[in-house]
Amino acid sequence: MAEKETLYFTKEHEWIEIVNEDYVRIGISDYAVEQLGDVVFVDLPALNDEMEKEDEFATVESVKSSSEIYGPVTGKIAKVNDALEDEPEKLNESPFGEGWIVEVQTTEALDTSEWMDADAYDTYVSGL
Amino acid sequence: MMKETKLIFEQSKTGRQAYSLPENDVEMYDLSAELPEHLSRKAAAELPEVSELQLMRHYTALANNNFGIETGFYPLGSCTMKYNPKVNEDIARLDGFANIHPLQNPETTQGALQLMYGLQEDLKQVTGMDEISLQPAAGAQGEWAGLLVFKAYHEQNGDGQTRKTILVPDSAHGTNPASAAVAGYDVVEIKSNENGTVGVEALKAALGPDTAGLMLTNPNTLGLFEVDIVEIAEIVHEAGGLLYYDGANANAILGKSTPGEMGFDVVHLNLHKSFSTPHGGGGPGSGPIGVKSFLSPFLPVPRIEKDGDHYLLNSDYPLSIGRVKGYFGNFGVNVRAYAYIRSMGAEGLQQVSEDAVLHANYLKARLTDYYDTPYKQHCKHEFVLSGLRQKKQGVRTLDIAKRLLDYGFYAPTVYFPLIVEECLMIEPTETESKEMLDEFADAMITIAKEVEEQPEVLHEAPISKAVRRLDEVTAARKPKVIYQR
Repeated sequence: MAEKETLYFTKEHEWIEIVNEDYVRIGISDYAVEQLGDVVFVDLPALNDEMEKEDEFATVESVKSSSEIYGPVTGKIAKVNDALEDEPEKLNESPFGEGWIVEVQTTEALDTSEWMDADAYDTYVSGL
Repeated sequence: MMKETKLIFEQSKTGRQAYSLPENDVEMYDLSAELPEHLSRKAAAELPEVSELQLMRHYTALANNNFGIETGFYPLGSCTMKYNPKVNEDIARLDGFANIHPLQNPETTQGALQLMYGLQEDLKQVTGMDEISLQPAAGAQGEWAGLLVFKAYHEQNGDGQTRKTILVPDSAHGTNPASAAVAGYDVVEIKSNENGTVGVEALKAALGPDTAGLMLTNPNTLGLFEVDIVEIAEIVHEAGGLLYYDGANANAILGKSTPGEMGFDVVHLNLHKSFSTPHGGGGPGSGPIGVKSFLSPFLPVPRIEKDGDHYLLNSDYPLSIGRVKGYFGNFGVNVRAYAYIRSMGAEGLQQVSEDAVLHANYLKARLTDYYDTPYKQHCKHEFVLSGLRQKKQGVRTLDIAKRLLDYGFYAPTVYFPLIVEECLMIEPTETESKEMLDEFADAMITIAKEVEEQPEVLHEAPISKAVRRLDEVTAARKPKVIYQR
């Protein structure tokens, strides 16, 4: 499980773990899952699907609502956390660990300046 | 109230019967000789075996546990759960409406065609539109059909390939973005301003050569009238887009204003909401669409037209989006809506909206000291409260909704619109008495006091119903959709 302090965050509440310079792991934040409530279904992309920055790539459904998840990078889906299909509760239990959603082989250079670190993100959500 | 906890399958005892079949006078034959192997059943169907009395008690108990508008107050926001007058049912059951067939020669169904034509004419007045199609089966299908009209129009103008985006405010009914997606559009969300309405500047920023149109509900889902609608219509049209009116909240504007006057190009109405036909399990619905004349070539076919004293079906519209529903829409529902419109008359419909708006504002005023009201201005036919104050005491809006069941009310719409935290969306409708509105307000106030004094009751609610708090999470994560012994 990644430590929250090592992750980057978007305003849309995705987190990004930089595994190496062209490979990332993506999930949604603790704040996001708390807002969603109990997650009951995750609609995952297929392996090798293209991820386009700022385009939706997955959908998370909770008892309350259904929310799209947006790609923070451009690239190709290299790994999908299929376990979420049967156990969507992993998103609630461990958003930074077993609740990760996809891993992406990026095709454009990463620009971390557009993301927030954990401290900046916590400040951001406390103002929401 | 009688409790019914056993499924009918669980009551089954081998050999019990509620019905005796006549003696079989068909010769026995070998089914497997005629049916492919995989289609023939290998084991007997596990049909429940019960006596006639058990059967009657089972279904009577289920009916008693049911809740409908005739059981009690049903303030489900944006759903307009008003009373459906029984005279409409009588009329829909008349032989000439109930026992005709849509494939009959139109010469023999002139009365039914006359009714549909008359309903179209009335809906033109209600909406301020030039042409109507009664075909769509309900609201979301009306939206989809209306967006196909948008698409056909842009394609005819040669910019169908560039105009690929539908704008939708963040307070919209969920069907709006869903219908746009099904119609093949990309959806862009417009943020509401601090007054809860569409911000003109945000809209301007989103408009462009890719805009196919804007979908809007007016009054919106917060129960607020979009006061900038005329300017909104102008700037959308200037950008080459069209305006779609989601008629779910039409109960607030009958006889007061029309989508046509506001500048909308396509409209759908939910006859099962505003025009008093059964819905919410008692449907089906009906979602006619209306269009301004420049869009009429694209309406679904067949269209119902009048030639002298004669009514006919005309499919000769080469630019039509085609047929969107079998036959002529949900005819029986349209009969009820027409009966309602004719019995209310223009003045009566105006009174409907006045009373609906008055009732919502009265309830809002009575509750405003006890719950957060995120938007202070007067509302139309519905309003939103926020349970944020209660959340600080550890009680969620869901708990408040469940507690209302104990007081004998159906719960309001909750957690919608999405832009209001811990939202309760309340639509009392015009058909309730002041006494009933007061009873509901009293219950809501009592609940607000319970939050302070005994919050544990709210966490356990409902405590008086046959079924207590359901485990919605497990039901959604691990649904069991068939009975297994």
